[in-house]
Amino acid sequence: MKKSHIFLAASIALLAACASAPVAPTNQVDMSKPPQLGPVAELNLPPVIQRELPNGLRLMIVEQHELPVADFILAVGSGGTVDPQGKAGTANLTALMLREGTTTRSSLDIADQIAFLGVNLGTGTTWDAATVSLHTPTAQLDSALALFADVALHPSFPDREFDRLKKNRQTEILQIRDRGPAIADQAFASIVFGTQYPYGNPLIGTQQSIENLKLADLQAFYRTQYRPNNTTLIVVGDVNTADMEQRLRNLFGGWERGEIPPVNFGQPAASGPTTVYLIDKPGAPQSSFRIGAIAVPRSTKDFFALTVLNTALGGSFSSRLNNTLREVRAFTYGARSGFDMRRMAGPFTASAEIVAAKSDSALTDFMHELRSVLDTIPSDELARAKRYTELRLPWSFETTQQIATAVNTVALYGLPTDYYNNYVRNIEAVTQADVQRVARQYIRPESLAIVIVGDRKTIEPGLRAINIAPIVIRDIGGQPIQ
Amino acid sequence: MVRYRVTKLCIAAILWYPSIARSQDIPRLNFEKYTLPNGLEVILHEDHSTPIVGVNIWYKVGSGDELPGRTGLAHLFEHLMFMGSQHVPQGVFDRLLESAGATNNASTSEDRTNYYENLPSNALALALWLDADRMGYLLPTMDLARVNIQRDVVKNERRQSVDNVPYGRADEIILAAMFPKNHPYSWPVIGSMVDLTAASLQDVQNFFRTYYAPNNASLAIAGDFDPADAKRLVSLYFGSIPRGPKLPPRPIVPTVTLAKDTFMVMEDKVQLPRVFYTWHGVKEFHSDEAALDLLANVLASDKNSRLYKRLVYDLQIAQSVRAFDGTNRLDGLFQLDVLPKPGQKPADLDKIVREEIDKVVAEGITPRELARVKNSFKSSFINRLASIGGFGGKADQLNHYNYAVGTPDYVQQDARRYDRVTLADVQRVAKQYLTQPKVVLTVVPEGQKDLMLTVDGASR
Repeated sequence: MKKSHIFLAASIALLAACASAPVAPTNQVDMSKPPQLGPVAELNLPPVIQRELPNGLRLMIVEQHELPVADFILAVGSGGTVDPQGKAGTANLTALMLREGTTTRSSLDIADQIAFLGVNLGTGTTWDAATVSLHTPTAQLDSALALFADVALHPSFPDREFDRLKKNRQTEILQIRDRGPAIADQAFASIVFGTQYPYGNPLIGTQQSIENLKLADLQAFYRTQYRPNNTTLIVVGDVNTADMEQRLRNLFGGWERGEIPPVNFGQPAASGPTTVYLIDKPGAPQSSFRIGAIAVPRSTKDFFALTVLNTALGGSFSSRLNNTLREVRAFTYGARSGFDMRRMAGPFTASAEIVAAKSDSALTDFMHELRSVLDTIPSDELARAKRYTELRLPWSFETTQQIATAVNTVALYGLPTDYYNNYVRNIEAVTQADVQRVARQYIRPESLAIVIVGDRKTIEPGLRAINIAPIVIRDIGGQPIQ
Repeated sequence: MVRYRVTKLCIAAILWYPSIARSQDIPRLNFEKYTLPNGLEVILHEDHSTPIVGVNIWYKVGSGDELPGRTGLAHLFEHLMFMGSQHVPQGVFDRLLESAGATNNASTSEDRTNYYENLPSNALALALWLDADRMGYLLPTMDLARVNIQRDVVKNERRQSVDNVPYGRADEIILAAMFPKNHPYSWPVIGSMVDLTAASLQDVQNFFRTYYAPNNASLAIAGDFDPADAKRLVSLYFGSIPRGPKLPPRPIVPTVTLAKDTFMVMEDKVQLPRVFYTWHGVKEFHSDEAALDLLANVLASDKNSRLYKRLVYDLQIAQSVRAFDGTNRLDGLFQLDVLPKPGQKPADLDKIVREEIDKVVAEGITPRELARVKNSFKSSFINRLASIGGFGGKADQLNHYNYAVGTPDYVQQDARRYDRVTLADVQRVAKQYLTQPKVVLTVVPEGQKDLMLTVDGASR
C-alpha cells in the first residue's frame, strides 16, 4: 500500500490526449498459447497501530493517504446472538435506533447532518457484532466525528421513532412472502438450527418477536452491551495517527466500562437424515434451493482448508457447482456454496435459483457434486482454487473501507495481528489430503437439509420420482403445516 | 454471477457527500489516450498504490442497437464472449483468469457493453491476450451448442431478475408505454423470452461482424503497470486485429413526448400495491441532467427529503418512496415510486405525491435542501475514485466519459455541473419535466385491480 498522492501529482503533459500508438502493430503475434506471467508483486500491508484506552476501548488505526477520506468502524462485540429468547431483532433494532435521536439531536437533525456533511453514517448488526460505521471526506472530519460519537454514545431512544421503526419492520417482514429466495433463506436457518437457537431466527426478527419488543428491551440491550470494554474502534484513511488517537481519546475516553454478561447460546437442533423440505410458492418460475447443515465456527483450525475446498466446490465461477448447474446444464443463472463462519458454528450452504421444470434434475446434480467433492480433488483443480483464493488478496486492500473491514475481521474474531501477512502462506500450505479430510468431516450427504421453495404443483412429482430423500411439506416459516 | 446490468453509472449511489464550510476538490485523473491504426482507442491510467490492475473494454453497442424481434441479443451476445474463442477452448477463459487470481464480469446497457478483468498486477498480459482473442477470433469456434447453453442461462437470469421478483415486470410495461414501438429504448435490455428463443447462430455471427471490431471499442487499463510494457502488449495482441466494416449509423430518434397521462394496472404476486410514476427526462450530459438528479434526491432520498418525510416519516402511510433520474445516450426517464403500508390506499398516497410536486413547482426548494443534495453528490464523486476496477471503478469511468463526452478525464467537469446548479434550476426543471404527461402504473395484488390509480388520481 503506497501512500503517495498520485492523483494530485498527475502532470499536465499527460493530460494532453491522443498520442499515436507508440509501437507498430505486428502481424506475427502468436496467439496459440497464453502469455507467461512474471512473478506476483508483493502486497505491502499497511501497519496497524493499536492502542487501548483506560476504559478498555481498543483502537486500531491505519494511515492510507490515497484519497482525502477516512473510514471508521465502531464494532461492539454483541450482535444478533444476544437477542433474548422470543425477541429476535432486538440487537438490530437497537442499532437502527441509534440514528433516531440523541440527547442533543433529533432523528431529522441526524439525517440532515449526514447529508449536509456528505458522509455515510450507518448502523447495523451481524450475528456477532453491532456496528456504527462512518465514511467521511477528511474536510468534514471534525463535524463527522462529533456526529459519529454522539450517535454511538448518547442515543435517546424516542418512543415515536421506535413505533415507526417497528411498523416499518413488520411491513418489511410481511414483504418477505413475495420473494422465494428470502423465504428459502429464513426457512433453511430455522430448519437447520431450530428456532430455539439464535441462528434459527432472522436477524431482523419475526412478526411475533417484533410485536413483543418494547423500547425498554432495546434500552437494556444498549446499556448492557454497548460498552468500551466490549468494543473496537477502527480507523482507516487520510489521517495522522497521533492526532487521531488524541481525538478519539477526547471523544470516547469518558465512555463507561460495564460488565458484559456471558452469552448462553443453548444447543442447536440435532441434525437428522437428509430430508427435502418443500415449501409451496405457487406460480414461481424458479425454485430456490438451499442445501446444507451446521458446519464450523470462525475459530476452526480448518479455516484455510475449508476456504480452498469451498472455492473449488462453489466459491468461484469455474467451481464445480456453478460449472455443472450453469455452464453445462444451464438450469440456473448461478450456483454457489459457502461456509458462513461465526462465533459459534454457522451453516454450510449450497444454493441456486433453478428453473422450475428442472428442479428434480438439478437436485440430482447438486447431490452428485456434493458427493464427488469427497473424493480427492485433482491437483490442477486444487492449485487453481488455491491461487484464486490467495492471489485476490490485494483486491481486499484497495480502499479505506475494504481495509477497515479486513481489520474488523481480525479484531472481531481474535485473529493474530499478522493474519493477512501469513494468509498466502497458509492457503499455500493446504494439501489435497487436508481438503479431503475437511470435505468428509463437514459435507455429509447423508445428513443434509434440502430446502426448496417453488411451485409445488410443478416440482413435487419430479422430486418424488427421483427419490433422493423423504419429502416433507413445510410452511413459509419452515415449520410443519398446522 | 452478474453478467448483466442496466442502470447508469453511479447515480444510484447517492445519499451522501459534501462541500460547504470546507470544500474539497475532486482529484484529477492522470491518463494517456491513443488510438491504434485499426481504430481501437486505448486509455491508460497509472495508480501504483496497490499491486493490482484493472482492464476494461467498452464496445459501443447495446440493446438500443437491436432489431425488433431480436430483443436481448446484445446481452445474450455478451454471455457468449465468455464461451471461448479460437485459441481459448470453452471453459478455459474463466479457469485461466481464476488460476491467475483474477475476477471478471461484464454488463450490457441500452448503449454499450462493458467487460472487465480485475487482476494482480503481474497478470495484465493474460487479460489482454484473452480479450484480444475474443475480439479478433470469436467466430471460428462459436456454434449453436454454445448459443443454446447461454440462451438458457440468460432465460434463467431473466427469471431471477425479472419474472421471479416482486414488481419485476413493471419496468418493461413502463418502457413500452413511454416509447413508441420500435424506439430502441422501448424494450428492456434483458429482452423477451420469445426473442431469446428466436436468436439464431447467424444472428450471433452477424452481430459480432457488425459491432465487435476494434474500431467500435475502447480499452482502458488502470492500476499498477508500466505504461511502456502495457503499450507493447496492447499493440502485440490487439494490433493485428483487422478494422471492422463501417458501422451502421447509431439509431437517431426524435424527442419523445407523451400526448396525455396514461394509467395502467398490472397484477402481481405481491402483498402490497405499488405505484410507479414515469416522466420523460433528458439524455445523459444534457444541461438539465444535474438539476434533475438533484431534484430526485430532494424529493425522495433521506428522511428530510420531501416525499419521504411526508409519506414515510410524518404520516407513515408509505413503506418506501424512491425517485430516480435515469439517463442514457438517446433519452432519459424520471421515475418515482411509492409503496403503501398495509391497509393504505394508493390514492391516498397519490394525493400527497401531487401536493409535494406542486409545491416544489410553485415555491421551489430551500438553500439547505440544495446544499444537502449537492454535498452528497460531491462526496460521491470523490468516493468513486477509490477503486480502479470492476463496474464503476476508474477504468470503467474513463471509458464511460470517453464514450459519452470524448474526454476520459471528465470527472472534475462532471462534478462541477452539480456544483453549479441553483435553486432556480431545480424549481425550473421540476416545472418543465414533472408537469408534463406521465405514465402511472399501479402494480396490485392479484384480484385487487380496484386499487389502480385512474385519471382523476382516485382509485377506480
